[in-house]
Amino acid sequence: MSGAADLTRLDVAELSGLLTAGEVSAVEVTRAHLDRIAADDTRLGAYLDVQDDAALAAATAIDRARSAGAALGPLAGVPVALKDVVVTEGVPTTSGSKILAGWRPPYSATIATRLADAGTVLLGKTNMDEFAMGSSTENSAYQVTRNPWDHERIPGGSSGGSSAAVAGHLAPWAIGTDTGGSIRQPAAVTGLVGHKPTYGSVSRYGLIAFSSSLDQAGPMARTVADAAVMHEVIGGHDPRDSTSIEAPLSGLADAARAGAAGDLRGVRIGVVRELGGAAGHTEGYEPGVLARTREAIEVLAGLGADVVEVSCPSFDLALPAYYLIAPSEASSNLARYEGVRFGLRVGDDGSHDLDEVMALTREQGFGPEVKRRIILGTYALSSGYYEAYYGQAQKVRTLITGEFTAAFAEVDVLVSPTMPTVAFPLGTRVDDPIAMYAADLCTLPASLAGLPAISVPSGLSEGLPVGLQIMAPALADDRCYRVAAALEAAQDAARGHRLLDELTTPAGPA
Amino acid sequence: MSSISRDDVAHLAQLSRLAVTEEELDQFAGQLEQVLAAVARVGEAAVGDVAPMTHAVPLTNVLRPDEVTPSLPREAVLAGAPAAEDGRIRVPRILGESA
Repeated sequence: MSGAADLTRLDVAELSGLLTAGEVSAVEVTRAHLDRIAADDTRLGAYLDVQDDAALAAATAIDRARSAGAALGPLAGVPVALKDVVVTEGVPTTSGSKILAGWRPPYSATIATRLADAGTVLLGKTNMDEFAMGSSTENSAYQVTRNPWDHERIPGGSSGGSSAAVAGHLAPWAIGTDTGGSIRQPAAVTGLVGHKPTYGSVSRYGLIAFSSSLDQAGPMARTVADAAVMHEVIGGHDPRDSTSIEAPLSGLADAARAGAAGDLRGVRIGVVRELGGAAGHTEGYEPGVLARTREAIEVLAGLGADVVEVSCPSFDLALPAYYLIAPSEASSNLARYEGVRFGLRVGDDGSHDLDEVMALTREQGFGPEVKRRIILGTYALSSGYYEAYYGQAQKVRTLITGEFTAAFAEVDVLVSPTMPTVAFPLGTRVDDPIAMYAADLCTLPASLAGLPAISVPSGLSEGLPVGLQIMAPALADDRCYRVAAALEAAQDAARGHRLLDELTTPAGPA
Repeated sequence: MSSISRDDVAHLAQLSRLAVTEEELDQFAGQLEQVLAAVARVGEAAVGDVAPMTHAVPLTNVLRPDEVTPSLPREAVLAGAPAAEDGRIRVPRILGESA
């Protein structure tokens, strides 16, 4: 094999096998990815920071430990990329914002520590919409990230640096975070698997907060099996997160294996009518997306699943409820950026008092979408408007959760497209908040209810990837992995290769 | 449903400690008007006496024993502060000259 180019095209299961068998070294694997980043990332713009020296040093240490006969885990030497919302000790962490430019955190997020403890090698930090507010990564204060399938289109958002890195072969897998769809939607538009875990099942300690009742971190990977493995590494109770659930994870890698075996007899699948699932509910959905979704559901039915239509009328109000709740929580969370304890400080020249320094710092440090959401959230929480906006949105959240509960009394999982369209062209929605928010239409209900949901590739429309979303009850993340793996295995077998193999990268092997 | 004026946006920006420019006020007022119209649709829901939901996980206070646990070294924290002096974070004055 031709070395560097080939190693970046392997999935984590394959890399793990080669590393464990001693057929490649961690340094070779790491260097292959660093070389590919150096060659391709000036075009893709996936990374905000690349940890060249630290990654090679970590890989060298793993190779030494392995040759000394140390017992290493299966992921030792596997590279990983982290969305820049994940706090990492000594490594620049900005959350895509100028207000944190140059900050090197004094501690690490629990998920970063767990990945490091598993022996994975941090390649770098990936670009994102500022404070994870966006659906295209165009709200990053730093750079545009391009979709590896079409460089003139968005990579999704807010975890668009992670999606571009993994689809563009600049990392075998990556961490994303999902508040209203920010793992699932970028995974869908780049041909990846992305899973938002049950709220509370992955620690939020060290994730830079956007909307605390919604934020969750999760895996973005090339295969369902890899996503399940990463989820098992990062998940589980953490005493440092007071919303962390004290329950074991539900056999996720096992569920992926079971699903790949291709037997879905006895699994009841509900197609959500309000999410493009029936005539009269398809406005804004592209025909190609609806077609791939129908075909994917037919595949699942062909594997033995029972498919029924399910109606959840309140899902139509998920988007307005979300765009009140998330900005409200953000307006409170982002109050911590006051120019005093860390990050940017502007106007500290003796002529301005603290209040003025705060206002100047926040004005210069935040971008337009962040300012819009802080202002909207402040409005929704203000006296006289609270009940009509924030209070009402919270009641809608209860209705949505209740409809999920009723639906899951009848079916095991619910399915929909992950996004109503394929990746849209860069620049087409960035000045139109309402159009941008519409990208989250299908992912918001599960976010508001705190439920697990996965996006798995369902095919191409006009040459661009489409994702199927599979939602499950709280703590039944295993169902997402099982059904997703069944679809993936059946479609890979039918087409003879993975969807991602249809993406030919300019620098890739022939 | 209420709308949001340019003056409202200026007031909210001041409450939020954002020294927004005149151009931003013009831009945000129009955009927030549109967003507000869209999100006001939550009012269509027949919520009756439905309880508000703050969180997906049933939350109770999570307490730990009142014991000293390791914390970050002072130098590590001050290294991230925009200005430090004498082992402390230096802050701009908090009161006007006349105080």
